[in-house]
Amino acid sequence: MSSPASLVAFRYGCGLPLTQGAPTTPDAMLAALQGPDEMARRFPVMSYDWVHERTSEIAQNKKAAKTDPDLLARQKTVDEELKREGFRALRATIARSIDAPDALRERLLAFWADHFTVSSGAQARSIASYAFVEDAVRPHLSGQFGDMLSAVVHHPVMLLYLDQTRSVGPNSAKAKRRGGGLNENLARELLELHTMGVGAGYSQTDVRQLAELLTGLTYDARRGYAFQPNLAEPGPEEVLGKSYEGKGEAPIRAFLAELARHPDTARHISRKLAVHFLSDAPDDSMVAAMAETWQRTGGSLIEVYGTMLRHEAAFAGSAAKARQPWDFVVAALKGLGLTGETVMNWPRERLVEVVLAPLRAMGQSWKNPPGPDGWPEDIESWITPQGLAERIGWAMRWPAELVDPLPHPKALAETVLADRASAATLWAVVRAETVAEGVGIVFASPEFNRR
Amino acid sequence: MMDRRALLRGLGAFGCSAAAHPFLTTVTLAGTASGKGLGDQRLVVIILRGAMDGLDVVRPLGDKDFATYRPTLGKAEHLELDGFFGMHVGLSGLHPLWAAGELAFVHATSTPYRDKRSHFDGQDLLEAGTGPDLPISQVRDGWLNRLLQSVPGLKAETAFAVGRQEMRVLRGPAPVLEWAPDTAVDLSPQAQLLLEQVYHDDALFQSAAAEALLLGGAEDMDMAAEMDPAKAMRQAKRGEAGRVAAYAAEKLRQETRIAAFSLTGWDTHKAQGKRLGQSLRQLEQVILRLKADLGPEIWGKTTVLAMTEFGRTVAENGTGGTDHGTAGAMLAAGGAIRGGKVYGQWPGLSEAALFDRRDLMPTSDVRTWAAHAMRGLYGFDRTLLQSKVFPGLEMGDDPGLIL
Repeated sequence: MSSPASLVAFRYGCGLPLTQGAPTTPDAMLAALQGPDEMARRFPVMSYDWVHERTSEIAQNKKAAKTDPDLLARQKTVDEELKREGFRALRATIARSIDAPDALRERLLAFWADHFTVSSGAQARSIASYAFVEDAVRPHLSGQFGDMLSAVVHHPVMLLYLDQTRSVGPNSAKAKRRGGGLNENLARELLELHTMGVGAGYSQTDVRQLAELLTGLTYDARRGYAFQPNLAEPGPEEVLGKSYEGKGEAPIRAFLAELARHPDTARHISRKLAVHFLSDAPDDSMVAAMAETWQRTGGSLIEVYGTMLRHEAAFAGSAAKARQPWDFVVAALKGLGLTGETVMNWPRERLVEVVLAPLRAMGQSWKNPPGPDGWPEDIESWITPQGLAERIGWAMRWPAELVDPLPHPKALAETVLADRASAATLWAVVRAETVAEGVGIVFASPEFNRR
Repeated sequence: MMDRRALLRGLGAFGCSAAAHPFLTTVTLAGTASGKGLGDQRLVVIILRGAMDGLDVVRPLGDKDFATYRPTLGKAEHLELDGFFGMHVGLSGLHPLWAAGELAFVHATSTPYRDKRSHFDGQDLLEAGTGPDLPISQVRDGWLNRLLQSVPGLKAETAFAVGRQEMRVLRGPAPVLEWAPDTAVDLSPQAQLLLEQVYHDDALFQSAAAEALLLGGAEDMDMAAEMDPAKAMRQAKRGEAGRVAAYAAEKLRQETRIAAFSLTGWDTHKAQGKRLGQSLRQLEQVILRLKADLGPEIWGKTTVLAMTEFGRTVAENGTGGTDHGTAGAMLAAGGAIRGGKVYGQWPGLSEAALFDRRDLMPTSDVRTWAAHAMRGLYGFDRTLLQSKVFPGLEMGDDPGLIL
């Protein structure tokens, strides 16, 4: 059994060594989460408003943009700016994880970013998906789940990703004039993935009614986010046994508030948190306690985290999960002693060769998960022949290119594995023929790849 | 270099034989051993990422409007196919296959994807195999995987996704093996030995590493190459596509029945004359490599389908290339097909016949060709193909592509 400090670093953090001043008790970890967001200040990421400002100009002149040389040039500049900020945001995401004393915040951010997956395909490397997380998820990490849910559902990137921008109420003013119809995508994922969970107590009729309720919620690249009454299906709609009626967004907000507190939502997300942080088969009493807290507090996330961290299972049990490829790379960079500032100065090519290309080869094409259900959780999905071979390859190759001199393999094992190091690993690292291979064995070891 | 010899040595170090190795048992012997499953036919699906210009690969030289749209590209050298169509010289090495009835094309075909012309969305739809009525974000698996889900006694190695590109077409609950032959873990013998010790007590890591060694073992080739420098040179020159094809062939000679991989380099917005030729040369090499490595008997039971997300504009653009369009062409090869023919209904190129007045009009859904191929090769039920594998597809009459 490993010490609380290494458990904090592996299970709830971004790896060892713990950053100076890192909290190691549940109370201190929770207090840090509620403290100032130092990392967001130090390594800023653009908001979607910034994206919209740049893209709306071209969207407003769509016709001219095809022929007008000035606009064409402007489009090119904007594309390049979006890309540039996307790379900057990637650097910032790594830097925050490496430098954060309250690394749990970055881990929670990754959890919620995956829970509310948006994958922007062609724009996978652009700023959009980072901006979404920065705007809609990060401010609400420790607040009320209902606020996060509302921010997510109103965010342009989510509205675009789940086709809400195409959804038109069948009896709306717009449908009557120009046709168009309902798109159920957001409504379905909202229930299936974001809140109640697949197989929970909702029906296809609920999905349909919810899709009608959501009409009017849209984003337009020219005008930005707005509730557009001409798209809205005339009410009332009955979802989950309750009727919602009224003008504008009020009924949507009322429904989201209910949904956020729903017992199925409480259970589904409590379990998902426990699965993510602890085990694919988490302790039932922990999940039940978290769900109880959720319902009692109306979805106060800091309270739910508190129940998880103070439960007896929180610091017990074995390392049953895999570090996902992203966590693997970040923990290795941190373990090698790189700082956020160093990563912020990396050119694009370095990010591609050290982070993006290896992540893809390890099975985690960054910011481009296979579907709205995000990345798999089970260890078997990650420790595959291909995945492990790529991790070994990374471990053997990149440390030597990133730090000079390399740490002594034994010292590195003590730093990044601490009391988790197995006898076999400690035996092996000092028998490697080169320092680089010794370092590689540390990072390729099961102890480093499990959490 | 990890290879099979090293693996066997490694397993020796674990103190057990290959046959008794727990992970090898679960993977290579999963499913029934009765040889049910898919039978003997081999299917290779190649996704051509970037939108291949079907009009340049299989040129409708007999269409009176073609030359006006393609003043430069249309005049480039070609090989005669059937008096109406001519083939790009980038595929000249396949011309003997055409003559032997082992090469065919389908023209003016496309997925149901319309109007948006985004590579990523187009590829997603092509690989998901769904129609426009189902939002792509709700489809979690690919059509080849949905086909596998219906195979009784499926073994893990029945289907293989080869190469570094993610193959959505094979993604889903049915077990599929994946390997990129370029995953070269250059471990010294000592490092390998040490890792074996480090993984010794962790069954998951031990088995994943052992399987990685097994998959990575293109051992016969490597051993031969060690002894023959000229051969080693040829291997190095083959490039990733060639290694992918050689690896796929090796697996198809054994238990694998379906293999999928992708080739890139088709997005020819400019200098198409040169770039398309390079990409076609690569495709040609891949097919010739498959034919050579599979040998006459297995090649005779093989169908290769190369499909792309959409075609390109009928008119060439101002930079010697073409832009994103709609209908394109599919290539079929192998001893199991009825080749020497350009399939599909030709829509013509008059302005009124074009899609959106700019693109080749689709006259068939590319999924119908795949569906009929799977029916012809493996005898799958029409209802299953139209409901589960390609939900909502109307297959229509058998075009007779499969012998």
